[in-house]
Amino acid sequence: MEFLQLTYNGLVLGSILALGAIGVTMIFGVLRFAHFAHGDLMTVGAYVALTFVHWLAWPIWLAALPAIAVTSILAVVLDQLFYRRLRRVAPVILLISSFATALMLRALVQIIWGPDNQVYATGISIPYRIAGLVITPDSLKVLGATALMVVVVHLFLAHTKMGKSMRAMSDNVDLARISGVPVKRVIFWTWVFAGALTAVAGILLGVDTRLIPTMGWNILLPIFAAAILGGVGRPYGAVLGGLIIGLAMNYSVLFMPSAYKLAVAFIIMIAVLILRPQGLLKGISL
Amino acid sequence: MNYLGFYHYGIYFLTTAGIFGVMALALNIQWGLSGVFNLGIAGFFAVGAYASALMTGAPDPEHWGGFALPLIVGIVAAMLTSGLVAFVIGAATIRLRSDYLAIATLGIAEIIRLVIKNEGEITGGVRGLTGIPSPFNSDNQLVMLAIVLIAVVVLYWLADRARISPWGRVLRGIRENEDAAMAAGKYVTRFRLEAFVVGAAFMGLAGALYASFIGFISPEAFKPVYGTFLIWVMLIAGGSGNNVGALVGTFLVWLVWSFSSLLTDLLPGGLATQAGAVRILLIGLLLQVILLARPEGLFPEKSPPLIGRSRKTRGDIQQKHS
Repeated sequence: MEFLQLTYNGLVLGSILALGAIGVTMIFGVLRFAHFAHGDLMTVGAYVALTFVHWLAWPIWLAALPAIAVTSILAVVLDQLFYRRLRRVAPVILLISSFATALMLRALVQIIWGPDNQVYATGISIPYRIAGLVITPDSLKVLGATALMVVVVHLFLAHTKMGKSMRAMSDNVDLARISGVPVKRVIFWTWVFAGALTAVAGILLGVDTRLIPTMGWNILLPIFAAAILGGVGRPYGAVLGGLIIGLAMNYSVLFMPSAYKLAVAFIIMIAVLILRPQGLLKGISL
Repeated sequence: MNYLGFYHYGIYFLTTAGIFGVMALALNIQWGLSGVFNLGIAGFFAVGAYASALMTGAPDPEHWGGFALPLIVGIVAAMLTSGLVAFVIGAATIRLRSDYLAIATLGIAEIIRLVIKNEGEITGGVRGLTGIPSPFNSDNQLVMLAIVLIAVVVLYWLADRARISPWGRVLRGIRENEDAAMAAGKYVTRFRLEAFVVGAAFMGLAGALYASFIGFISPEAFKPVYGTFLIWVMLIAGGSGNNVGALVGTFLVWLVWSFSSLLTDLLPGGLATQAGAVRILLIGLLLQVILLARPEGLFPEKSPPLIGRSRKTRGDIQQKHS
């Protein structure tokens, strides 16, 4: 029974990781760099939603809309301010820049919203008990929202021209370029797309746990692990990778202290990098 | 502040700058010379600090270690342990491209922090380790400063020798063009691993000095902001690949960082409590500006002179051409 509960909790965590990892993997695929500010972008999304929930008493699903807008715009602005100019110099410099961006975003969140724990809704919500399984209403929201987002992502990537262009660039930048894919516009929309997913992932993380300025940074490593496990540049792989990492992190408490959940994600990531660097769905070769 | 206060602060400032300088030089061996991307500096720093503290500290029933050995034993233990950790993680990941190495090193630093927090029987856990003795149990701050400066000078000398040595040339070659270095028959993975391990060992040395200087360490001291980010800003500002640049960058950035607290003290009430965050925001912005405006830093890297031609013969060649 404990195993079943861990499976459920693992899927909830895995959903959040999956949404974060789709953004990371698309940025990696299109722009060829690991975006270290991704976790902190999640944090920003979560806190923007918090502002609308607290000030205007909006329900969380409605507050998600301005959060998505702000985070997407912020992602584009960061790209225009910092990353765009550095892309031409040396790709590896982008890593340092995104690391600096991560710390700046976190500092900004702390300055605006304060360093303390916050929650979207106070009070106790009564969990459902189904066949011994404890299911909180919040966790159902996480699963539902993730399912919805994955469907939206699928429709976008499979049926819109922009989505196809993104996948084409992720497959092979040069080939996409000579095939007439508008590279600049694709990069712009990749940030919008990743920013939107990141905001949702951040909000769901806030719904599932609570909001602190380090929330996104703390989950960055499992998100990278999920993206690498799924295959870099592969959005469907990122979903798969997210769920597997989420499950593995929860199952690990069966045989080791729960404090080391993060280490489990890390070990899986290292094992993948050594044994199957292209990931499950054959991502970009290294 | 009176004169005595200035004096003590000056010594504190220089000692800390020296410890950061050791780390910046170490990072310069990894990144500047070899292009090995390490985002886990704080982790190797922490491993060194704990290894040394456990060797040199007084016995404590609360945790393992406390052998009360001299600092030099602590330093050796720190360098060996940090080097060993780097070897294990490097053996697995060094052949990957920079992005993955960056993620892996960031991960190992976080996991080191988790281990320190949770294995209290060895590390003292979240309470940390107290009463780490200063060198020779001396109360004189100048002793510590002298030891730190000796470490800086020795490491600077070694790093500069390494830069112009055949070993350094191969590393620079690998950094510039890995395929060409491989085609020239160089064992790329091994060279990169060596640079990574050597750099990490010196980061461990910095940790040992830090523990002995401050006398107290806890997991909080090894967050990536201070241990990793500041060192990167220092090296990039000074000029990666240039050892003089690494030291000047360390000094200047540490000056800016230290005095930015004076600036944040002027902030209005509400913001004053967020002084730490404001400083991080500013130093992050500084790094972005440097990356955009002057990515080569204050002291750009200089290629070492070519071998096989003495200065005299090169002069002859120039004369012939002119």
